[in-house]
Amino acid sequence: MAFVASKETYSGKVYQVNIGTGANAANLGGENVLPFHSFEGTVPNKPVIAYEIQDVPPTDWPENVQKPYSSVSGDPVAWAKFCQDNLKAKAIALRLLGTHPDRENRSPEVAAKTVKDVLSAINVPLIILGSNHAEKDAPVLVAAAEAAKDRNCIIGKAQEANYKTIVAAAMANNHKLIAMSELDINLSKQLNILITQMGFDKERLVTDPMCSALGYGLEYTYSVMERIRLAALTQNDLTMQPPMLADVGMYVWKIKEAQAPESEMPLWGNTEERGIAWEATTATALLVSGAELLIMRHPRAIEAVEKLIEELV
Amino acid sequence: MALSGVEIFKLLPKTNCKKCGHPTCLAFAMKLAQRQATLDACPDVSDEAKRVLGEASAPPVRPITFGSGDKAVKMGEETVLFRHEKKFVNPCAFAVEVKDTLSESEITKKIEDVLASEIDRVGQKLRIDAIAITNASGDKGKFEAAAKLVSSKAPNTPVILSTTDTAAAEAAIKLFSGKRPILYGANSSNADAMANIAKTEKAILGVTAHGLEDLSNLTEKIKALGVEDMVIDAGSVKAKDILGNNTLIRRAATKKNFKPLGYPVINFVQRDDTLLELLVAGIAVTKYSSVIVLSSIEKWKNLVLFTLRQNIYTDPQVPMQVEQKIYNIGEPKPESPLMITTNFSLTYFIVSGEVENSKVPSRLAVMDCEGLSVLTAWAAGKFTATKIAQFITESGIEKDISHKELIIPGYVAILSGSIEDKLEGWKVTVGPREANGLPAFLKARAA
Ligand code: B12
Ligand code: SF4
Repeated sequence: MAFVASKETYSGKVYQVNIGTGANAANLGGENVLPFHSFEGTVPNKPVIAYEIQDVPPTDWPENVQKPYSSVSGDPVAWAKFCQDNLKAKAIALRLLGTHPDRENRSPEVAAKTVKDVLSAINVPLIILGSNHAEKDAPVLVAAAEAAKDRNCIIGKAQEANYKTIVAAAMANNHKLIAMSELDINLSKQLNILITQMGFDKERLVTDPMCSALGYGLEYTYSVMERIRLAALTQNDLTMQPPMLADVGMYVWKIKEAQAPESEMPLWGNTEERGIAWEATTATALLVSGAELLIMRHPRAIEAVEKLIEELV
Repeated sequence: MALSGVEIFKLLPKTNCKKCGHPTCLAFAMKLAQRQATLDACPDVSDEAKRVLGEASAPPVRPITFGSGDKAVKMGEETVLFRHEKKFVNPCAFAVEVKDTLSESEITKKIEDVLASEIDRVGQKLRIDAIAITNASGDKGKFEAAAKLVSSKAPNTPVILSTTDTAAAEAAIKLFSGKRPILYGANSSNADAMANIAKTEKAILGVTAHGLEDLSNLTEKIKALGVEDMVIDAGSVKAKDILGNNTLIRRAATKKNFKPLGYPVINFVQRDDTLLELLVAGIAVTKYSSVIVLSSIEKWKNLVLFTLRQNIYTDPQVPMQVEQKIYNIGEPKPESPLMITTNFSLTYFIVSGEVENSKVPSRLAVMDCEGLSVLTAWAAGKFTATKIAQFITESGIEKDISHKELIIPGYVAILSGSIEDKLEGWKVTVGPREANGLPAFLKARAA
């Protein structure tokens, strides 16, 4: 029996979504095969990792992931520049956490100013995220989208509860848009349809099927992503073809394994290495299941995943 | 390729005698096709049918047991490419490399690390499963000496002997007689001799070649020499090739029932950079590897790998669950606190672990919510005030305790009023949101 490689021919393709402007603009997606299956199709772009920063100091992050940013994280502009210039970030994700009503409850105007300031300091693509408060995110992201007009950012996250205003803002200001639903392929499809029905170009979307950390539901995100990608490629389902986002850092750095001291959990080994490994491994699993854009926190985790990506392409 | 019910039916006696416990031969055939029955239930089936069905129903990836005794690892038997289709069957084994160029004390340290690697996670005992002794020295004596050390200090741990030198292989493998080691290193130039050793010692043969075509040819040749149990390696070193080759192997086996590649896969992922090695191992875990050989096994790295393997190999249909009941933690007295949570394994183990940490003897009522986490169960209408009240009442716990206070998870604080309405005379207290707030919370109450 002679071996003949059984290659798949896929009928669909992931949209190629361009972000940022100028020399440092980047492309997401564009492949017509499952992740890293370059042996049977074309994979024109590598996944992109964005460094996560916040408009407020990251006092809610565990110490080990605060540390690398301790000299800059008091100021989002300095923080963004540090990621771009010192850490060679290919993209930055600014989370406007300070706008959350339970936090500083900053106004949309203040958030917009932060966005402007950060954008004037960097030339890599910017992802602008709300505080994940569905109601407040709507006005905040509208103001942020205006402040970032024509810089080809990604705005997010639009959810079922608030998508209308956010979609309109992304459309008016020429941005890309993250559509997030909760770990369900049908909900994800549904939201993409609702958004495109408003006239938003489906080729400007990024799908966030909701992340989860290794050991805390990762297998759900993993399989939802695989199923979305299979629907896009094998069934040529146009509503499932946007590139996918894995918002890794915020899910990983809140769990116990990423922070419990070794003195309390001697069998778990070094705390700092463990946290970094947890973030990088969560990212790895989601890369092979379909993510083209990752948002991460620890510079060493990002560096390791970038090395892995080099080995995978 | 699996046969359909009708195809199987054609091979049965068609007497409808019911001895198999099914009303008709067709009914039995349908069960066989769904793998819900086995052929031996029919006493009258012909030898010819047995042969055909046996071949057709053999799992596309050959089942092989690596090692012996309590620590033996099952491999193979996989049937699908994607975990949402059907549960992946046999979790991959992790092995650490012990080079025979290391000193005796360095080898001993590695062995001790393997023996001490066991961790409990979500109720499962997980460990570094195997030791891979590699003949890095190229010297037969050194290889044998390293193997001796391993066989005396870790006599129950499954072993991979990695060498292409048949004399070295022959000397070392004797130390593991009857223990089902993997002899890794059969290639196109030594296949005959290696096959012979594996056959005599009943070892699993690790077969390596450059690329899938050569590999298929080699396994066919070795099979013809009488070796059935193999683990295969297409010479994949880069992460890209591990992913690509493993995918094509799994596809060939499960979709085409291509027997020459229907064996468990072994991958070597050693890197100087331990973090990168971890991530490449992650690619192997997610992409179909059955044995993964690492160069180092730091505790944090093990925990990550065990967790990833557990996630990938859980049943996608049925979340891991624990039994519904009221669990005692420590030795609770009648006045000790009573808490409630859901029966999702992860939730139970996190919460019970934190209650243990608090050192406050307690009762934890675990309610059957079909294995959903607290918030998911609440959102799905399975962790509701009515159901909680009913569970507490029916549990009969009231007669064991001297109070009527129920502590609920902070995330479902919203339920407190309605539980009080439904559980007469009870007081509901809202606990912290995250379980790691429990030690402080319980200690403060006990003080
Ligand atoms: C994985 C997951 C799923 C999985 C199910 C996994 C499972 N076995 O439960 C799936 C995909 C099936 C799922 C489905 C749904 N999900 Co869901 N899911 C999650 C996810 C990502 C993780 C849940 C998890 O495993 N948590 C880990 C466990 C350990 O947490 P836990 O049980 O809550 O326990 C913690 C605390 O509650 C506390 N605790 C627990 N017990 C006790 C007891 C006491 C006394 C105390 C003090 C503390 C305490 O300690 C634990 C650790 O800190 C969360 C989002 C997230 N990241 O949290 C959403 C989430 C829970 N899901 C949500 C929803 C809405 C749903 C769906 C209704 C919607 C949908 N997508 O279809 C369905 C409903 C399910 C159904 N109809 O069958 C929402 C709930 C929203 C809300 N606040 O009500 C969440 C929060 C997502 C979100 N942000 O919106 N989900
Ligand atoms: S025992 Fe065999 S012959 Fe009898 S009904 Fe069952 S399958 Fe048919």
